[in-house]
Amino acid sequence: MRAVITVIGKDMVGILARVSAICAENGVNVVEVTQSVLQEFFAMIMMVDLEGSKIPVSELSDALSALGEEMGLKIHVMHEDIFNSMHRI
Amino acid sequence: MLNTRDILETINMIENENLDIRTITMGISLLDCMDSDCGKACDKIYDKICRYAANLVKTGEDISKEYGIPIINKRISVTPIAMVAGACPGADPIHFAKALNKAASTVGVNFIGGYSALVHKGFAPGDYALIKSIPEALSQTELVCSSVNIGTTKAGINMDAVKMMGQVVVDVAKATADRDCIGAAKLVIFCNAPEDNPFMAGAFHGPGEPDCVINVGVSGPGVVRAALQKAGDCDITAVADIIKRTAFKITRMGQLVAQEASRRLYVPFGIVDLSLAPTPAVGDSVAHILEEMGLECCGAHGTTACLALLNDAVKKGGVMASSHVGGLSGAFIPVTEDAGMIDAARCGALSITKLEAMTAVCSVGLDMINIPGDTPPEIISAIIADEAAIGMVNSKTTAVRVIPAIGKKAGDELSFGGLLGGGPVMDVNRYSPMKFINRGGRIPAPMQSLKN
Repeated sequence: MRAVITVIGKDMVGILARVSAICAENGVNVVEVTQSVLQEFFAMIMMVDLEGSKIPVSELSDALSALGEEMGLKIHVMHEDIFNSMHRI
Repeated sequence: MLNTRDILETINMIENENLDIRTITMGISLLDCMDSDCGKACDKIYDKICRYAANLVKTGEDISKEYGIPIINKRISVTPIAMVAGACPGADPIHFAKALNKAASTVGVNFIGGYSALVHKGFAPGDYALIKSIPEALSQTELVCSSVNIGTTKAGINMDAVKMMGQVVVDVAKATADRDCIGAAKLVIFCNAPEDNPFMAGAFHGPGEPDCVINVGVSGPGVVRAALQKAGDCDITAVADIIKRTAFKITRMGQLVAQEASRRLYVPFGIVDLSLAPTPAVGDSVAHILEEMGLECCGAHGTTACLALLNDAVKKGGVMASSHVGGLSGAFIPVTEDAGMIDAARCGALSITKLEAMTAVCSVGLDMINIPGDTPPEIISAIIADEAAIGMVNSKTTAVRVIPAIGKKAGDELSFGGLLGGGPVMDVNRYSPMKFINRGGRIPAPMQSLKN
């Protein structure tokens, strides 16, 4: 399955690195990344492939939420299908 | 790659606008649990529910985590117990209520619906005893919800049952007076009750349903309101269009969750209920949508028109998003469960008479309304008869869930907590309908029923 990781919050050094590090540690392949910084507001969207993931998506979600809390960011992991079904006919 | 704006919009809906799946409800048929021995029947019921729904809560939680969508409630609806209890005449139906409560608590759901009787044309074996036992059942159990269908467009209105239910509502409130009369919040009296409704307290698994089924109820008043707020000053056609688009997105999410739950539980998918169900949380109110449309306060003149538009647009948007739509599907207006309605009732802008008019154009009916504790049973029966008449003539579901606030008068407050909320006691018209209610009999089915 593919999932979308979104990171929203205040821009700071190392966001991309730390999120990617958690993905890499767990065998989660980053397929695509887009990010934008509007003034201090940071929004990053990562499409990841969980095919080779060593952990279930719920654990990945917990790990990233914990990182988000530590860095003062909102990090969500959501199944790609949510967006496909809501925004595409 | 997905559109960044779409992704952020979805996240914003969930984070800030209270978008959620309100309930995944598993419908379970208990027709094969009938037994002339009440104890055996109760054992069969307990075993079947525990077997079928063993993974319901966990599956709901897994989907919630994987998809990143809050799924608020996991619930069960069962065959109307009066049909099962009818097989063991003389047995006290309260045993069934206890079996349901025990099963619900074992599998971890937060409500189980189906302590019900369908008496729109008359009383079958089991119906009478079950209705009589409702006060005891709702006061002695925590998780059991009860409903009674007293009328349909096809059959007319059973006025004997209407008379009985006025007294039952009072008795339920009295039996739970020490808990803010919460029992009455778990009892719904229907006209044209749907057989596949996933929402409590009125959910039951109709006799025409399969052995087991998954029904999903979506929600999202906050999302609709936010979308209208963003649109600013547009004309009413544009308002309807915005609601349709938003309802489409919300329902697509419901459809996805329903299909996924059905796949993981190996249970067929039944329906998605396209309802806008409010909660007492700020930002999750149907009343606030109506106010966003341009009313100073819900209950003002114009409320019925705004609600009619909202109800219709929600259906139009939702119907294309789901392969099977059912249940109640429309906007809910439960007073104590909606922050905007509570405020409107407190300031006097919203009255029961206005609410009655509103029920003619939306789903459900007079829902979660606190009335004075000394309201005579015949007045409650007459409220039920009025609502049932609206449902019968308009070929729609209507219901009454009023809570007589024992020991309290208009202006006092009841507080149930959780999703049931709380709010002020609203006054009722005190002129007596006693003679009318005491006549009994059946209101004949209207011309609308003769469609063949």
